[in-house]
Parts: sequence; C-alpha cells; structure tokens
Amino acid sequence: MADIIEIRGLEKTYDDGFQALKGVDLTIREGEILALLGPNGAGKTTLISAVCGLVTPTGGTVTVGGHDILSDYRAARSLIGLVPQEITIEPFEKVIDTVRFSRGLFGRPRDESHIERVLRALSLWEKRNNRNKELSGGMKRRILIAKALAHEPRVLFLDEPTAGVDVTLRREMWDLVRRLRDEGVTIILTTHYIEEAEQMADRIGVIDRGRLLLVEETAGLMHKLGRKELVVEIAEPLAAVPPALAAHGLTLSDDGCRLIYTFDATAERTGMTRLMADIAEAGLHVRDLSTRQSSLEEVFLRLVDEGAQAMEAAQ
Amino acid sequence: MTGLNWTSILAIYRFEMARTFRTIGQSILSPVITTVLYFVVFGGAIGGRIESVEGIAYGSFIVPGLVMLTLLQQAINNAAFGIYFPKFIGTIYELLSAPINFLEIVIGYVGAAATKALGVAAIILVTATFFVELTVLHPLAMLAFLVLTAVSFSLLGFILGIWAGNFEQLTLVPLLVVTPLVFLGGAFYSIDMLPEGWAQVTYFNPVLYLISGFRWSFFGVADVAPWVSLLAIAGFLAACMGVIWWIFRTGWRIKP
Repeated sequence: MADIIEIRGLEKTYDDGFQALKGVDLTIREGEILALLGPNGAGKTTLISAVCGLVTPTGGTVTVGGHDILSDYRAARSLIGLVPQEITIEPFEKVIDTVRFSRGLFGRPRDESHIERVLRALSLWEKRNNRNKELSGGMKRRILIAKALAHEPRVLFLDEPTAGVDVTLRREMWDLVRRLRDEGVTIILTTHYIEEAEQMADRIGVIDRGRLLLVEETAGLMHKLGRKELVVEIAEPLAAVPPALAAHGLTLSDDGCRLIYTFDATAERTGMTRLMADIAEAGLHVRDLSTRQSSLEEVFLRLVDEGAQAMEAAQ
Repeated sequence: MTGLNWTSILAIYRFEMARTFRTIGQSILSPVITTVLYFVVFGGAIGGRIESVEGIAYGSFIVPGLVMLTLLQQAINNAAFGIYFPKFIGTIYELLSAPINFLEIVIGYVGAAATKALGVAAIILVTATFFVELTVLHPLAMLAFLVLTAVSFSLLGFILGIWAGNFEQLTLVPLLVVTPLVFLGGAFYSIDMLPEGWAQVTYFNPVLYLISGFRWSFFGVADVAPWVSLLAIAGFLAACMGVIWWIFRTGWRIKP
C-alpha cells in the first residue's frame, strides 16, 4: 500500500503554553482504517485539527497525497473530509442544501447524483427536505458525515464518530466505515472505545500526552502485548501461595481458591507445563482451569502507564 | 496560486443569500418602516418649518443621509452576523478545513452582505420617491458611492463578527459607534449649520465623507469635495482589507 499521509515531527504548543503535540511521527497508508486511541486530552483532536487546517502547527511537517498542508493547502485539503467531534450544524438550513454547500465549498462542481448517493447511503434521503434542527442527534451526526463525503474525499477523518451514539447507529456507522474503506477511502478515526478500535481498525495508534506511543497492526498489537492469564481453581482454600510454587510468581485470589498465573502467550515457553507439574507435586487438587486474553483496554492502560513511568524516569 | 476558486466563493455567497431570503419579511420590512418614520418626522413635521438647506428642500436633503444610515447599518449587521454565526455554532470548522483562501471567504461573505445592504438601500430610495421629489445629477457616481460604501462597511462588519465574543458585543458597536457617527456626520444637516468649533470636529468623522459624497451625486452640493470623499472610502476599504488579511494570517480569534 502506498502512503497517503506523512506526519513528521508535528508539534503544537497553544498560546497558553500547553504542549498538545510533542513531535508526532506517523505514516498513514492509503486505504487503511487507522484508529487513534488515547485518553481525554491526549492530543487526538489536536492532531486531526492540525492536519485538517483548524489549528496551526508550531513545528514539523504534514503532507497529504504528497501535498504539503501549508504551502500546497488547496491540493492537500481537497483530498480530506472531516467529521468533527461536536455536532455543529446550521440549524435552519435544509439537509440537502447543507450537503450541497459542502461540495461547493470544496470547489467541486454540482453533482446531484453524488449528493443523492451519499444521502441514501446514510439513510438521509427521505429527510433531505427537512430543516437540520428537526432531526435527531444521531441523524445530525449522519449529516456531518454526509457533508464530509460530499466532495468525494480520499481521506476521511472521524473524530469520535460514535460518542453518544446508540448501539444500532454505532453498528451502522461501522458498516459505513467498512464500505468506504472498500471503496478505497482512507479512514482515520479517534475513539475512546477500545472495542471499537479493536473491531474496526487495521492499525491502531496509541497517543498519550502529545506523544504517539506506538502504531501497530491491530492483530499484531493484540498478539504482541496480549498477555494471558491461567486461572487454576483448587479444591481446598489456601492461606498463602505454597513455597514450592513461589518461583512462578503466582497471585492468590481473595477467597484462596484460585491461583492466577500470568504468561506471555507468544513466548516459546509459557512455563505452564512446569507449573502444572509443581502444583501436582505440592499435592494440590485442581478443580478447573481457564485462560483468558487481556483486552486492548488492559493493554492500553499498561502502555499509558509504562509511558508515564518512562517519562518520570527520564526526569 | 492559480486564480480564485469561484465555485467555493459562489457556494458561500448562495448559502448566505439563502439565509437572507428565508427571512425576507423582516430583512426588508423593518428598514422600510424605519425610513418611513424618519420621513414623517423629519421630512414632514420638522421639515415643514425648515425652508431649505443649500437651496434644496429639507425633505429631499435628508434622503442621501437616510439611505447611507440604512446602508451602513445593514452592511455591518449582515456581514457581522454572517461570520459570527458559524463561529458561534461551530460550523466555521468547515470553512477552515476547506481548500480556500481568506480572499475567497471574504468575497463570499462580504459579497452577500453588501448585496443585501444594496437591495435594502434601493428599496429605501424607491420608498423616498413617494414622499419627496428626487433628482440624481450624477447617477454613476451615486452607484459608485453606494457600492463602495456597502463593500467597505461589510468588511468592517466582517471584522466585527470575528472580533465579537458574544451577541452583546455584536450589537454594541453598531449601536454605540456607527449610529452616532451617522447622526453626527451630517445625515440630517449641512455642517455649515453647526457652530464653528463643532464643524472642525466633524471633519474627523469618516461618515461625513460618505454622506457628503453621496449627497453630491444627487444635488451637486457637498460639505467636502467629492474626490476627497471617494479617497476616504477607498482608504477605509483598504484599511479593512489589511486588517482582515492580518486576521487570517495570524488566525486571530478563529484559529488557535
């Protein structure tokens, strides 16, 4: 896949001195879905805003389709569609006129068949002659997407597209995003929902405190960082982990009935065979065994935590 | 840069004009009613006791001033609201992310605001002919003064709309600055009628030059030479353009 967006050393310090982006490097490939994951205030929206022209970067460079976003902003911006986080929409205008306006604003000639296609894809066609303010919150969000797609962008930025959206609409959004990707549109979305990133994205970027901690294939990230837990349920409750098992670094559940062993699922040796042998030797009766994979949420929390520790250590 | 992006400009212009036509009743009715009131009070009631000003019947004399008063208010209000509203509701994100430059945004918004202001001015001129006799000595000059004023004060309104942090500030400047300037700029009198000192002060009022030049295009008489008026408007227009250029360069109040 060719690269469509190149971000090099992107920095943004706001006037009040707050450093929202501290040298972000990121390459986005054409046709992929990239999820930017991070806690509130991590810099996700600032990153998107800088690429789209809403915020002036204080350092670094960004190119979209090979066009610099500052010196060649016309070519760069005409490739981009942006769906903002907040529902911001002209209340008194008709749905279809709002979408037509967006196409014109981006310098594209009128094309009623494209407008119709976009409105139908978002189930807005029936409501096209309604005033924007008459529509529900979910419908308004769809209008924002329709506006962003009106000029046939090659890159679509979705800033928290499913925040405050009900389950049905969320599924619809996901379907739409996948359909767009199938049409060759590159999609960058930010989200709080790890589940969303996990299900949607080809790659995940984790961002915290203005730094991009990592960018990985979603499956690879899960694989690489996904630790597994083996839960051993024993017949007789224990007061403490038996000394014979101390070398395995086990933790004991509060009721003393379960021993929890954490291991790296991708390692050559998991140490499980040795553990089971030692348990048998210690004379413990095993009632049940189960394993479970850590979710991206846990992975993410660990990454953010490690990042914070590394920064403290550096200071 | 290869010329202006007229598709984008037209999109903004159409969108703004559509808003005007949605509220056509209040856009036109209120200035017309206000003007009729002025004619009744100043032209009819008071004007009857004033013989003439510089050889012109008082009722006719105030027409250019009244048209200017409405034109300035309309231009400023339309343009200020036009850009303040997207800023207020947040839809300005789309303008900032669009492949357009500041000149195109300004032409779109200011063009629409000036068009509407000129429309209202034309309606008032027509309304005036029902009350007083009106002749226009220099129609081309009149048109030039109208267009230049509409554009330059729409630019001022645009700046105001970007500066304003709330609706109160949005209405404050037209109310506290523009209306007094128009009233003290010779809308209803010739500055010769003022006491010595006040006449000097009035020369610092930029609106005087607008009204004087505009009145000259009707009657051929003026407080200041018409070319001075024209120069003053052109200078004002250039100053506004300079400020707007700086706003978009620095992102002042619109772009962090």
